[in-house]
Amino acid sequence: MSHLLLRQRDIPGIDQLETYRQHGGFAAFKKAVTSMQPQEVTDMVKASGLRGRGGAGFPTGVKWGFIPKDILPHYVVANADESEPGTFKDREIMAGNPFQFLEGIAITAYATGAETAYIYLRGEFWQVAQFLDDKIADMEKAGLLGDKIFGSAFNLRIHTHLGAGAYICGEETALLESIEGKRGQPRIRPPFPAVYGLYGKPTVVNNVETLANVPLIVEKGAEWYRSLGTADSAGVKIFSLSGHVKKPGNYELPFGTTYRELIYTHGGGVLDDRPVKAILSAGASSAGIPGADRTRATPMDYASVRTLGADLGSASVIVINDSVDLDWVINKTIHFFKHESCGKCTPCREGTYWMMHLIEHIHAGEDVQANTELLLSVAKQMQNKCLCPLGEFSTMAVTTAIERFPDDFKPSSGGGKHG
Amino acid sequence: MAKMVSLTIDGREVTVPEGTLIVNAAKSAGIDIPVFCYHPKMEPVGMCRQCLVEVGRPAIDRASGQAVMEDGKPKINFGAKLETACTTPVSAGMVVLSRSEKAQASQKEILEFLLTSHPLDCPVCDKGGECPLQNLTMAHASPQSRFQFSEKHHAGKHVPLGDKIWLDRERCIQCARCIRFQDEVVGEPVLAFYQRGRATDIITRSEPPFDSIFSGNTTDICPVGALTTADFRFGARPWEMKAAASICPLCPVGCNVTLNTRREAKAGGKVVIKRVMPRQNEQVNEIWICDRGRFNWNAPKDMERWEQPMLRRDGELQAVRWSEAIRAAGAKLKDEKNLLVIASGWLSNEDLFNLKALADHLGGKARLYNQMPGGEATTSLGAGAGTNLGDLGKGATVVIAGADLYHQAPIWHLRLKQAADRGARLVIVNSEPTRLDRHAAHLVHCKKDEVAKKIAGLAKDSEAALDSAETLLVFFGDQCGPDLPAACAALLRARSGKPNDALIGVWARANDQGALEIGFQTTTDLQAEFDRAGVVIFAGAADPVGAGALKVGAGKKRPFMIVQDPYRTATTNLADVLLPAQTVTERDGSFTSGERRVQRFLPAVPKCGDSLPDYAITARLAGELGLALAGGSAREVMDRIALALPNFAGIDFGKLAEVHEQLPIIGRADLYYGGTSYQNSQGLGVHLQKA
Amino acid sequence: MLAEKYPEQVKKILAKYPPEHRQSAVMPLLHLAQLEHGFVDRHAIQEIAGMTGITETDVAEIIGFYTLYHDKPEGKLRLQVCTDISCALRGADEFLAQLCARLGIEPGGTTPDGLVTVEAVMCLAACDKAPMFQVQGRRGIEYHENMTVDSTLELIENSRKEVES
Repeated sequence: MSHLLLRQRDIPGIDQLETYRQHGGFAAFKKAVTSMQPQEVTDMVKASGLRGRGGAGFPTGVKWGFIPKDILPHYVVANADESEPGTFKDREIMAGNPFQFLEGIAITAYATGAETAYIYLRGEFWQVAQFLDDKIADMEKAGLLGDKIFGSAFNLRIHTHLGAGAYICGEETALLESIEGKRGQPRIRPPFPAVYGLYGKPTVVNNVETLANVPLIVEKGAEWYRSLGTADSAGVKIFSLSGHVKKPGNYELPFGTTYRELIYTHGGGVLDDRPVKAILSAGASSAGIPGADRTRATPMDYASVRTLGADLGSASVIVINDSVDLDWVINKTIHFFKHESCGKCTPCREGTYWMMHLIEHIHAGEDVQANTELLLSVAKQMQNKCLCPLGEFSTMAVTTAIERFPDDFKPSSGGGKHG
Repeated sequence: MAKMVSLTIDGREVTVPEGTLIVNAAKSAGIDIPVFCYHPKMEPVGMCRQCLVEVGRPAIDRASGQAVMEDGKPKINFGAKLETACTTPVSAGMVVLSRSEKAQASQKEILEFLLTSHPLDCPVCDKGGECPLQNLTMAHASPQSRFQFSEKHHAGKHVPLGDKIWLDRERCIQCARCIRFQDEVVGEPVLAFYQRGRATDIITRSEPPFDSIFSGNTTDICPVGALTTADFRFGARPWEMKAAASICPLCPVGCNVTLNTRREAKAGGKVVIKRVMPRQNEQVNEIWICDRGRFNWNAPKDMERWEQPMLRRDGELQAVRWSEAIRAAGAKLKDEKNLLVIASGWLSNEDLFNLKALADHLGGKARLYNQMPGGEATTSLGAGAGTNLGDLGKGATVVIAGADLYHQAPIWHLRLKQAADRGARLVIVNSEPTRLDRHAAHLVHCKKDEVAKKIAGLAKDSEAALDSAETLLVFFGDQCGPDLPAACAALLRARSGKPNDALIGVWARANDQGALEIGFQTTTDLQAEFDRAGVVIFAGAADPVGAGALKVGAGKKRPFMIVQDPYRTATTNLADVLLPAQTVTERDGSFTSGERRVQRFLPAVPKCGDSLPDYAITARLAGELGLALAGGSAREVMDRIALALPNFAGIDFGKLAEVHEQLPIIGRADLYYGGTSYQNSQGLGVHLQKA
Repeated sequence: MLAEKYPEQVKKILAKYPPEHRQSAVMPLLHLAQLEHGFVDRHAIQEIAGMTGITETDVAEIIGFYTLYHDKPEGKLRLQVCTDISCALRGADEFLAQLCARLGIEPGGTTPDGLVTVEAVMCLAACDKAPMFQVQGRRGIEYHENMTVDSTLELIENSRKEVES
C-alpha cells in the first residue's frame, strides 16, 4: 500500500506545490471551504475516529467541538515541538510532505473558525521552519492563504513560531505560554485551551501528524478512514522505531500492527540479533515493557498496548536488547526529565532532582538495594501530584523498570551495564 | 448578590458565594488548608501542590440529570487524583476532605520534597519564628528526611536584589509570590525566574535593581526566609519584639502599620524600633505599605533630639524647667495681638485643635505650613464614608492632576492601578510622566502652569468622558500652578447627587487634611505674615527656615519665636523659647488621612527626656493665659473636637478602636496564608462626616 | 542594533502577532539577536524589551528558561550532540567522548581557538540517525546526521574556513 502521510516516499517532489496539487493536493481544502459548513467538517472528523497523534489520543473532532462560538477570535496552533526521546515523525512529515500538513491546518482553521494559525516548532527545527516559511509563501502566492480563499469569505494566515529548547513546550498550555513570549510553563487546567487558549482566546492545538490526516478524511470520507486501523484506533499511524534495531526509522502502518512485525519485518530485527529485553512504547515517557513473546505479539493500538501496562502514546518505540540493564535506561530518562522539568511545581522540580541523585548512586553500585527502594518510593510519591503530565511521565519508566526488571537492580548486577 | 453554594469540608457544612475557591471556603469555616504559593491577594497558580485535598462531587445520573442516591444520601464520586484547593472552585454538594489519610500523606510528602532543597538554617534565619515553612513543617511534615543531606542543592545565600532586599537562593521554594506580587498587584514586573527546574532562581534586571517602591512587601508574603530586608536582616528575632499599632506619618494615605520594638544593649538599654510592618486595613492600605513607610522610619535617628525646654538668655539657649519656659512664653503671649501659629501636618488632630483654640483665643492666625495653598475645598468636597478605593471599578473615573502618586502617596498609586485593572478609568493630567501613566485611559501631559487649564477643559473633553462616570474622584497635587485646587473642585461642583464623588489632596504630610478640617488655613505669603507678627509659634517640625521658605533677619527686629519640636532644626536654633515635643512613636493621637479617615496611633517607645505631646504643651501654654484646654490625654482632646467641630461629630477613641472582620484573614496564626502583615485589632478608623 | 541590522526580519517578526500581543515577538527576536555573536548581550535585551513592551527582566527570564539562548559568549559554533536514550543506544556517548578527545576538550568545553564548543544535549528528534548533532552558529541551527568522528572533524575544518573568511 502506498503511503498516506509519508507520501514523499512514493511521490518525489511532493514538497513542491505544483506536484502536490497534481496529486490531488488542496482538493480537500477547496471541498471544505466551498461545499461544506464548518460544523460538517468537524462532524466528519468526529465520525472518522481520528485521535490526537501527539500522545494523548484525544478524539480530534471532539476537541474542535469544544470551541465556543461566541468568544472571538479563534486560533489554530500546530504542535510541532516534537521533543519526546524516540519521536521523530513530525519532522519527517513537515520536511517531506509539507503541504499535506499545511492543508490540514487550513481545513482545521476553517472548521473551527480561525483566521490565524501558528505552527510552534521546537527551536532546533530552524531549517524546517525556514522551509515551511517558503511553502507558506508559495501558498500565499497561489491564493491558498490570505483573504477570501476560493472566493469564499474565509481568510487565513499561517505563521511559524520557533521555540528555543524546552521539552515542556510540547505540553499544549506551556506551548501557548511560549507563543505569548513567556516561560514555557504549563497552565492550570481547566480552563482548557479550547476555551482559554492563545491570548486567552479559544484555541485548537493539534499535533503535526494529526493535522496531516485531516485532508485525507475530508477527501475520502469518515467511513473510509475508519476502515483503516482497528475499532478504537482508526486510521494509519507513523511508528518511530529507534534503539537496538537494524533499521531504525519511521514506519507508516495501520493501527493494530504487532510489535513483532514492526521490529522484525520493518526494522530488520534487533541489533546484533540479540533478544528484545524491553520496549519503551511511547518514548522516554512510557512504561518499560518486558520484550516477552506476549509483548511482541501485541497489536499496536490504544487499547491493546494498555493491556501491557503501557500506553501507545506517540508510538515512539524504543527497542532495548539484552546488552543493556534497565538502570542504565532510567538513568537516561531521569536525567532527561530532570533537565526538562520547568520547575513550576514542587514534586516534579524536587522529585526529578532527587531521583537523579538516587539513580546515580544505583548506577555506580552504591547501596543498590536501599537506593532502589527509595527511588521507587520517591517516584510513587511524585505520582498524581504534579501540575502537568511531564512530572508524571518522569516516573513511568522508573517504577516499571524497578518492578518489572528487578534483576537489573540487584547489587550483583554490578550497578548496570551497557554493552 | 452572588449565588450561594453549600458544601461539606471535613464534615463541616459551609455556605459560600459561588466561585469561591476551596481553600478560601475552608478558611471561612476556620479550616486551614496548608498553602505556599497561594495568596489571597493574587491569582491562584497551583504550583506548590501543598494544598492537595480529596474532592468528591455528587454523582449525577446522565439520563435524568438527578443526583444518584445511595442509602438515602447523594452518592459522592471521588476522583482518582487529589485536587489543589487553591485552584478548584466549590460546587454544590461537594465533599472536601483536607485531613483524610490520603490528603495528609500528600501534604507530608510535598513538604518532604520542599525540604530536600531547603537549607534548614532556621537558627540563623530572620524568618524563624514567623515562617510558614517552619510552621507547616511542624504541623504536617515527617520529622525525618530520606534525602541525603550532602546532596542538597546549593546556591547563593547573600544576593542583594537592589539595596533594600536580600535574596537567599537556597531558601527560596519557587512559589513565585514575589514575582506575582510585582506583576499583578503592583504592575512592575521587575522580578522573574531565571533558568528552570531545580536551577530556578529569582532575578531582577531593572535599573536600579528591584526598582519598585513596594519591594518590602515581598518579604512579608515570602513564605520562607528567602527575601529579607536590609533594614531588619539579622536585627532581631520576631519573638523578642513587642508590637505597637501606629499610622505611617510620611504621606496622606494613612497606612496602618505596626512598629516592632525591642530593648537593646546596643542602644544603651533603650527601647528602639526594629522594623515597621503593615497592619491590615482593607479600606486604606490593605496589607501593604510602601518602602518609604517601611524603611524611612529610622531616617530621623541621626537627628538630634531636644530633651528639655530651653530659653534664650544672653543670646544662648539654656535648659530650664517646663514651668519656667511656659511662664516665659506665656508672658510674651499675654497681650499679644499679632500671634501667628505655623503648624505642620506632622501634628495630630489633637495637637492642631489645641493650637487652633489658642490662636482663636488670642485673635491670632492659624496657618498650615504647607507648600500647597488652596486645598480647603477638600473639607467640603472630600471623601466620606462611601469612598473606598478598593471598591472602585467599572463606572468609576479617577482624575489625577499635578501629582505623582507613585512617589507622593505610593499606596494610592497601587490601589488606583488595581482599580484600573478592575475597569475604573484613570484620567491623568501632569507636567511630567509618572508610573501610573501606563494604566491611564486618558493621558494629558502639559506644562506645569497649564495643568489647571487642562483640568478645566476635561469637562468638555469627550475622550475624558467624565460625564459618564458614576463616581468621580479627583486627586490633585502640588506640581501645578496655584489655581489647580479650584479647577479640580469645579469639576466636582459641576456634578450633583453623586454621593461617592470626592476631592482628595495629595498633601506632603500625614495630617494636612486634619489641619484643614480643624480650621487651619494655607498661606501664600508666609514671609509677610511672619514679618508682621509679634509672636510666632512654630509647631510640628515645621522648619521653614531650614527649607528656605522663611528668612529670619539677624539683628533686625523679628517676632518672638516659640518653637515646639522634637528635633533640632534650623528653625529651632532661632527659638526664643524651645519646647521639646514627642514624636509620633512616643505618644498617642490621631491623624486624618487624605481620604478623611480619622485613625489612631499608639505609643511604641518611651518618651525622650522631658518631652511632651504637642497638645499638652499647648494646653499648658493656654493655662498660663487662663484658657482651659484638655491636656491630660489625647482622648479628652478628641472628645472636645467632636463637640466643637461638626465634621468630627460622634467620633471618639472608642469608635476609632472598632474593628470588624476583614478579608482576607491575616495575622499570626494565618502567616502561611496572608503573610506577616499584622492583623488589625486596634481599630479601622472612622470617616469624617460629609459636609 | 537589531532594527538597523535586520530591518526586514524585525518587521516580519512583529507582523506575525497581533499588535497588542507584541510580547510574542520576544523569542524570534532573541533568535535573531543571537545570530551574530552566539549570545544575547545587555544592549540586545534592552532593545528587545523596548520592541516588545516588556521589562528587561522579562526578556532575561526567557533567555534563562530556554536552552538555545545564551547569555555568555562561547565557541563561534556550538556543536550539540544528542546523547539521549535512542542515540545513546546507538553509540552517541562514545561518539561524544571520542570527538572531544580528538579535539582535546572536555564535553561542554571550547576549543582553544574559540571555534567550537561541544556539548551533550537532550533529544533532537533524529533518533534514527545517530550519531547526530546540531550546530548552532551564524546560520541559525543545522542538523548533521549519521555522523562519524572523522566526518565531524572535516565539517569543523570546513566551518573554520567559512568563519575565518
